[in-house]
Amino acid sequence: MKLLILIPAFNEEGAVGDLVREVRQVMPGVPVLVVDDCSADATRAVAQHAGADLLPLPYHLGLGGCVQAGYRLAYELGYDYVIRVDGDGQHDPRYIPKILAALQRENCEMVIGSRFLNGAGEHSGWLRALGIVFFRAMLRPILGKPVRDPTSGFVGVNRTALALFSRSFPLEYPEIEALVVLQRKRFRFVEVPCVMRPRRTGRSTITALRSLYYPIHVLLGVFVNVLKFEGRRK
Amino acid sequence: MRLLNVMTAFAIVLMGLVLASVRREHIRVEYSVSWLVAGMLLLVLSRWRALEEWLSKALGVNDAPLALFMISGAIFLFVLYRFSRVISRLTDSNIALVQRMAILEFRLTNLDEKSKSTLAN
Repeated sequence: MKLLILIPAFNEEGAVGDLVREVRQVMPGVPVLVVDDCSADATRAVAQHAGADLLPLPYHLGLGGCVQAGYRLAYELGYDYVIRVDGDGQHDPRYIPKILAALQRENCEMVIGSRFLNGAGEHSGWLRALGIVFFRAMLRPILGKPVRDPTSGFVGVNRTALALFSRSFPLEYPEIEALVVLQRKRFRFVEVPCVMRPRRTGRSTITALRSLYYPIHVLLGVFVNVLKFEGRRK
Repeated sequence: MRLLNVMTAFAIVLMGLVLASVRREHIRVEYSVSWLVAGMLLLVLSRWRALEEWLSKALGVNDAPLALFMISGAIFLFVLYRFSRVISRLTDSNIALVQRMAILEFRLTNLDEKSKSTLAN
């Protein structure tokens, strides 16, 4: 069984080093790949110094393009499972074994680390919380099952989902759309409870202005993916 | 009539600008065609009074220059749509290229390190 821990990072010099060390402590011997989305700070050097492998992008692609680059490399190198942990330190690496166990046990394509299953460790503002409630309601009929934390980036995928995501992955705000991309293929996902930590350094990419653009972009992306639904063709 | 003259001048300036840009290789020939066709259509419509009146009747607009204005707006929207497709395709190619380049660089670096350690042994 080949497992890769994937850390997308953009200007995360303050958090990525400790995160890589934590991951290596929790998962000794498992390769850690930091995909640097052309950071302007010392993210690359800090990540490498902490012992991670580095996939440096020559220019800024945004979160989706950055994660997909990691998925593509993992797929080409023959990995069976990839678990994504965000570079800002919000995802607690102690939950990685739990996500991996669920991936293997549930025989599903994706496992989401959900901060709302136990109701513990919620570190989101009221606007984000409102957005999550809205997207939960919207995704329920599309996915045919409830999803508690559709915006979580703490996800594990197996090789089947890796093959799909290395070909087709949303560019911006990918988490919600990725669920619909999975649904297009009738792939399955499960959620496992996780506790998320407050962001250590840096700022969220979803600023006040972008929080207006975010739902429009995601809604359109979801709508387009629903139109592409392939399940019935089988 | 003044609006029609402005449209004529605009069409001529547009075509001149596009041709000059093509000559200086600021715009590739294949991407100049849409603008030149749009400019030509605008020029013809602004000068051919009979066609313009026929079109305004067909559109149910009493004012011929206003009809021309609407048609030219539609033409430019179509050109913008075409370029949105071109930009989207280029963006996708660019992303794929950047990811491929990063992956190759990663594999090359690893290969280099492996061969260095082999040589050291």
